[in-house]
Amino acid sequence: MAKTILPYVISGISVGGQYALIAIGYTMVYGILRLINFAHGDVFMVAGLMMVYMAASMPLYIAIPLMIILTVFLGFMIERVAYRPLRTAPRMSVMISAIGVSYLIQNLALYITGGLNKNYPAIPWISDRVTVFGMETSRVTIITPFLTIVLVVLLVLLINHTKIGMAMRAVSLNFETSQLMGIRINNVISATFIIGTFLAAVGSMLFFTNYPGVVPTSGAMPGLKAFVAAVFGGIGSIPGAVIGAFIIGIAESLIKGLDTILIVHGTITEQIGFATFSDAFTFVLLIIVLVFKPTGLFGEKTTDKV
Amino acid sequence: MRKDKPCVLKVEDVTMQFGGVVAVNNFSMEEYEGEIVAIIGPNGAGKTTAFNVITGVYAPTNGRVSFNGERVIENYPRGKMKKAYLGQNAGKYTEHLEPTPDKLTALGMARTFQNIRLWKSMTVFENVLIAKHLKRTSNVFSATFGANRVEEQMQRDEADALIETVGLADVRDELATSLPYGKQRRLEIARALATEPKLLLLDEPAAGMNPQETVELTRFIGEIRDQFHVSILLIEHHMDLVMDISERIYVLDFGSMIASGTPAEIQQNEKVIDAYLGVTDDA
Amino acid sequence: MKTINDSRNRQKTSWGSLLLVLVFLAIVFYLDQNIKPTNKMFMLLTVLQKGSVYALAAVSMNLLNGYTGLFSLGHAGFMLIGAYTYAIFTIPSSARDTVYQYFDAAIRFSFPETFSNVMGPAGTALGVLVAVILAGLMAAFFAYLIGLPVLRLKSDYLAIATLGFAEIIRAVFQWQKLGPITNGSNLLKSFARTSKFKLEVGDTKLVLSTFVPVLIATVSIIIIVKLVNSTYGRAFKSIRDDEVAAEAMGINLARHKMISFTVSSFFAGVSGAMMAMVLSIAQASNFKSAMTYEILLMVVLGGIGSISGSVIGSFLFVAASEWWLRGLDSGTFLGINAPGVFRNGFRLVVFSIIIMIVVLFFRKGIMGEKEISDLFRDRKKKAKGAAK
Repeated sequence: MAKTILPYVISGISVGGQYALIAIGYTMVYGILRLINFAHGDVFMVAGLMMVYMAASMPLYIAIPLMIILTVFLGFMIERVAYRPLRTAPRMSVMISAIGVSYLIQNLALYITGGLNKNYPAIPWISDRVTVFGMETSRVTIITPFLTIVLVVLLVLLINHTKIGMAMRAVSLNFETSQLMGIRINNVISATFIIGTFLAAVGSMLFFTNYPGVVPTSGAMPGLKAFVAAVFGGIGSIPGAVIGAFIIGIAESLIKGLDTILIVHGTITEQIGFATFSDAFTFVLLIIVLVFKPTGLFGEKTTDKV
Repeated sequence: MRKDKPCVLKVEDVTMQFGGVVAVNNFSMEEYEGEIVAIIGPNGAGKTTAFNVITGVYAPTNGRVSFNGERVIENYPRGKMKKAYLGQNAGKYTEHLEPTPDKLTALGMARTFQNIRLWKSMTVFENVLIAKHLKRTSNVFSATFGANRVEEQMQRDEADALIETVGLADVRDELATSLPYGKQRRLEIARALATEPKLLLLDEPAAGMNPQETVELTRFIGEIRDQFHVSILLIEHHMDLVMDISERIYVLDFGSMIASGTPAEIQQNEKVIDAYLGVTDDA
Repeated sequence: MKTINDSRNRQKTSWGSLLLVLVFLAIVFYLDQNIKPTNKMFMLLTVLQKGSVYALAAVSMNLLNGYTGLFSLGHAGFMLIGAYTYAIFTIPSSARDTVYQYFDAAIRFSFPETFSNVMGPAGTALGVLVAVILAGLMAAFFAYLIGLPVLRLKSDYLAIATLGFAEIIRAVFQWQKLGPITNGSNLLKSFARTSKFKLEVGDTKLVLSTFVPVLIATVSIIIIVKLVNSTYGRAFKSIRDDEVAAEAMGINLARHKMISFTVSSFFAGVSGAMMAMVLSIAQASNFKSAMTYEILLMVVLGGIGSISGSVIGSFLFVAASEWWLRGLDSGTFLGINAPGVFRNGFRLVVFSIIIMIVVLFFRKGIMGEKEISDLFRDRKKKAKGAAK
């Protein structure tokens, strides 16, 4: 039994780590701007595509840092061009703008790739096959959770012990007051987007290594799931997003393998097709969380003033 | 006190606690038909919180509110509050009644807001007309397919009549938010009256008004009481207005009631002078 | 005096609008008879067909997002329910086994067939109509179920919950275990579709391929307009403008939000059914969140809070992407021949840039919150003012 479940758990932890890296971008942006950055998942996809094209024309030790820099620049520009002009507009307008950006990026990617699946380059060492606990997997599966945790710890240190981190915390507590206190809101927001897209770029390397390739819609589903993870953990909370992402990653992976697990266990004799619900389950979880604990696992409660 | 008249509003031992903060502590009051009653107190005394409890925005932590002799709101410290409760009279109330504000409006309570909350994209006429929605007998189908034409026309006429009465006929088709401040306040009162209330609750109706407008408003409040046969409960900072028109006054300080009585009595009450009026004398 | 004028004016506008609608329907009917598939203008009919599907979808979304202020992104899900309900109940029994080739079809029942057995040709039309209404009712029923828990949520939480719901629906309909009903992840086809809609009077055959979807959309949109202008529509707008004030004025938020949500979903379901009949196929994998986004962008293009805007927005959207900008995908546009740039997908890029420009710089869209009838009224007012 344990032997059947273990591979699913391990791959779930790995996927969870990748979601966590995307989820942080969502949760930080939401914490500060109260905006669901629908384009974040697409930025993640662009990071994957850039890697595909750049790895074909330059050595990896140049391609990887360049890909990260360009992705960060893209995230920064999206905020500058599509969100900043709407700073005083109703929240709905900004959300629509985010949806518009997502639409634009997907269509651009469709145009450039011609809608074809682009094979993700093999990155030496992390794509190598290794054997752990008697099961074979790629090394990326093993290092993802560790890398995620290291990055998150660094991020938390940054937020708790640097000036920009303090400004971020202040802005997410109260936008207007921080502005009055002389915090340069725009810099803080740019920094948030830079950090968020940086992590998504790193996440894309880990994520796509495990998948056959990149298509224009590759970012949409991981993006949504990462957002759900952020909501699950309590939007605005970084540890919450990370824990939420691991839970969702593991749950998703277990559901994908549920048929096999149950057949081995003898509970059922034929395929039921639970795997169809591996994506949908995330959203069931989301609706349950929103209904019973709208603030997520670690979110703070706020009351509306009349 | 018009004790010969029936009691419109009865608040018993209402306590409202947010986390560890007791915003309103053991507040009780009564209002009789046709009265104008005021709740006063310094900033942060818990006046608006008390208002929000009475109108169903917050469920009280403990206590009861009756309206027209009918218990409408009741609560006792439950769940997490059981341990955290800092107020008195625990155990006195045992029921849990928590109606949403619209239910109370349907029973005959209507309110205005401290920071005017008119429907921004709509005209004066529409603002009043929508408040008539409550009195409809049509359902969504009959309304959509025009089977409620008679009622629709009646409500439109009533809204127009009301606008005429409160003196807003000349701005009927203006956007509500384009009106000057004083008229917006007046419109908010008209909108509340459109729900045909028995009790009108005014949350700082004179806030932000100049002396001239305040005098007009004082007269206006007296007029609507007589014309629409409503009882009025108001929160106010303008002492002139309060002393002028209210028949009885309740004084809150730090969430607790420190005095109640006629304007003359309140003006002489030492505690009140210390807590509140003394400050205005200095100023 | 004012009130009498007011009601008279209201009646006048509604008669005027009705006349316009009838003229429009007559033109569509005429075009349907006279533009043959070989004609260069045949694209116009395609645009009218698809445009009316999206117009209804956009208007029903606008009812929710624009008029009630409920930001919901579950539209594709409700359209999917509508499309499937319609398709399943109009597949003729002769075609059933070919369509459900991997399953044993559970529902062996087709409205058009059953009714035509009883009533002759008119029964076929009635059967289609019943299936369309049932499609709406199913969508509304699911909306009711999901609305109970999620309508309490605030703006963006509601958006993401409804988006999630649409994804759940999509997965459920593709589940192999439901294959006998939904045909699993395979597509549904051979059901009653617009390309087959004809009316035979004696020897003359009248083509109704475009007329029927346009008619369904028109009637549905008129109903929505009626609702929006009724006392309920005003209540919705008050919720959008200020929820707290609306509740304090006696408007039951839960009930009114639910009404708006179910009515909106009903018409989303109808538009889903129309989409199935226009495209001749129904497949769950097509109803992705991207579809919801597209509809939302049509609403934004036309102006959130304007029904005429949504209609104009969707027709422009469809016309631009299906017709006018075609050249951008196939090498030559406006006489410029550049196959390197103008290749597959470029049209959508240009199109999304236009949309972003609207979102960023023309936030009110084409119509803002105005309706076409307002424009006429304003002009009349101005004329009157000038005469004085």
